[in-house]
Amino acid sequence: MAATTTEKKQLRIATRNCGFIDPESIDDYIALRGYEALAKVLTMTSAEVVDLIKRSGLRGRGGGGFPTGVKWGIALGNQSDQKYMVCNADEGDPGAFMDRAVLEGDPHSVVEAMAIGGYAIGATKGAVYIRAEYPLAIKRLRKALDDARSYGLLGTNIFGSGFDFDIEIKFGAGAFVCGEETALIRSMEGERGEPVSKPPFPAQSGYWRKPTIVNNVETFANVPAIILKGADWFSSIGTATSKGTKVFALAGKIVNVGLIEVPMGTTLREVIFDIGGGCPDGKEFKAVQTGGPSGGALAHKDLDVAIDYESLIARKSMMGSGGMVVMDEDDCMVSVAKFFLDFTMDETCGKCTPCRIGSKRLYEILDKITKGRGTKADLTRMKALCENIKDTALCGLGQTMPNPILSTMDTFANEYTAHVEEKKCPAHVCTAMLTFTIDPGRCTGCTLCTKVCPVECISGTKKQPHTIDTTKCIKCGACYDKCKFDSIIKQ
Amino acid sequence: MSIIKSYEDLKAKRQEILSRRTERQNKTIINVSLATCSIAAGGKAALDAMQDEVAQNGLGNVEFMQSGCMTYCFAEPTVEITLPGKAPVVFGNVDETKARELVTEYVMKGEPVEGIIPVNYERVVL
Repeated sequence: MAATTTEKKQLRIATRNCGFIDPESIDDYIALRGYEALAKVLTMTSAEVVDLIKRSGLRGRGGGGFPTGVKWGIALGNQSDQKYMVCNADEGDPGAFMDRAVLEGDPHSVVEAMAIGGYAIGATKGAVYIRAEYPLAIKRLRKALDDARSYGLLGTNIFGSGFDFDIEIKFGAGAFVCGEETALIRSMEGERGEPVSKPPFPAQSGYWRKPTIVNNVETFANVPAIILKGADWFSSIGTATSKGTKVFALAGKIVNVGLIEVPMGTTLREVIFDIGGGCPDGKEFKAVQTGGPSGGALAHKDLDVAIDYESLIARKSMMGSGGMVVMDEDDCMVSVAKFFLDFTMDETCGKCTPCRIGSKRLYEILDKITKGRGTKADLTRMKALCENIKDTALCGLGQTMPNPILSTMDTFANEYTAHVEEKKCPAHVCTAMLTFTIDPGRCTGCTLCTKVCPVECISGTKKQPHTIDTTKCIKCGACYDKCKFDSIIKQ
Repeated sequence: MSIIKSYEDLKAKRQEILSRRTERQNKTIINVSLATCSIAAGGKAALDAMQDEVAQNGLGNVEFMQSGCMTYCFAEPTVEITLPGKAPVVFGNVDETKARELVTEYVMKGEPVEGIIPVNYERVVL
C-alpha cells in the first residue's frame, strides 16, 4: 500500500457518514442529527429554504453545475396541482461510483434531502431513478425508505407540520442516455428513454408534464449539512464560483484507487500525486480524463489547475459527475478517444441524426486511425464533424460526445500526427502499427510463443533463438503476453 | 417503531439512542466496510473470520458493525477497529489471515498490525 500524505487534504461533507454508520440503521443516522435538518426546514417557509440553498452556492453535482437553489426557486414559482422531486441515481459514466457509495453508505442523507427539496418547491411526491445495476444500493435505499416511513418521517403530516411527502423507486434498465434528465423522466413514465428539447425545462414541465426537479445523489447528500451548518459555512469552502466540495472517483493508472472528497479549488497535482499516490510501477503520468465520455483529457500542463466547474471547461474538459481516469505513458490517447466513442456510439438513443450517425462516423475514423490507415484529411474531417455535432445534437450526450476527441486532438496532437503520418503508435498500444520481433540475445528457444501463435509465423529450432515472420504476423500480441524472458519486442 | 410526531419527539429519540449507546465506550467496536466493492474483495469473509476468532477466544467485550464504503478501494477489504478509550484505526487489505491476526494481536493485546491507513481527511460532523 502506498503512503498517502497524512495532511488533511480531504473534506468529507457528502461522504461524511460513509464508512462510519450502518447504512441499514436509521437510528445510526438519527444519532448524528439525522432528520433534524428536515424538522428545521419545516419551521421555515419554502421561499426561505430556497433562499438558503441559493446563498450556499450549491451547484448540481451531476455534471451540469447549475445552481441548485435557482432551479428549486423556478419550480417553486410554477403553480401546479402536483410537483415532483426526483433523484438521478443512474450514474452511467464508466468508472464513476460516487453516487453508489453514498447510496450504499448513507442512504438517509438522500431521503432527508429529497423531503427538504420537496418542501422547498411545493412537491408532495418524490422518486429515485436508480440504475438496476446497483442491487445493494437499491436494497439499502428500500430499507431506508421503509424505516423512515415507520418513524413517520415520510408519509403524511411529517413532524406534525401538515407537510406530506413520500418517495417511490424507479429502475433504470441499462441506458446511459437515461441519466439525461428529460430521457430519465420519459423512462420513469414507461416510455423509451429519449430526450426532448429544452425549453420547456423540467422545472416547468417534467414528470407527467408537472414541475419537476431532477437532482443528482451527491447534490442531495450536501443538503442536510447546508441546512444545519448554514449557507455561510458552505460558501466559505471552495472557489469564488464553485462552493463546497466534490467527490471524485480516482481510477485507472493510480496507486490509491478510490473515492476522495476535496474542496473545490484543490489542484489536480494534489489530487493525483498527494492523495492519489501517483502512477504505479514508476510510470510517467500522462493524462487524466475528467467528466467521462463527456469530458476531456488534462495533461502535465494542467496539473496546477485549481479544480472547479469553470476552470475545467476552460481547459476543454468538464467536471462531469466526478470520474477521474488517470493515464500513464503506456496509454495511447487516440485509443482512449476511440474507447469513449465506442461507448457513446452504443449508448446513443438514435433520436437525432447528428448523434445517431455522427457517433458512428467518428468511431469509424478513429478505428481507421488506430489501425494505421488514417490520413491527415481524416483528421480535418473528424474535427469538422465534431464541431458540427456539438452544435446540432439534441441533448447533452450528443453535444458532449466529441469532447474526448477535440480535447485529445488539441493536447496530444503529436500522437494523432504520428498515427496518420508515420503510421506509428508512440505508446505501443495500437497493435496494427506495431512490429513484433524477437531479441536473439534473450530468446531461450523455449517455443512457448510458437505454440500460441494463431498464424504459426514463429519459427526456430528448440533451445535456439526463434524468429517472427513479420509478413505473416497479425500483431495479436499473444506471443508477447506468453514470453517469460522479455524477449519479444514490440515497437 | 414509534412514530416521531414532532421536532421534540425527534430530539428525544436521539437522546434515547445516544444513551442506549453509552456502554459502547467500554467495548471494542469492529466496523467492517460492506459496500459492493468491499464485499467483492472479501469483506464478508473477513467479518466471518473475525467473528469466529472472537468467539473462539471467548471475548465478550467486542461489538461488530457494518458500514458503507470507506473510500479506500485500493486497500479493500477495510476494517476499522476502535479499542476502548482509543482513536479508531483503519486497517487495509484484510484477508482471512489478517482478520484473525487483527483479533489476536490488536484487539486482544493492543499490538498494531501492519497496513494501517492514515487519516487524511477532515470529516464534517453535524
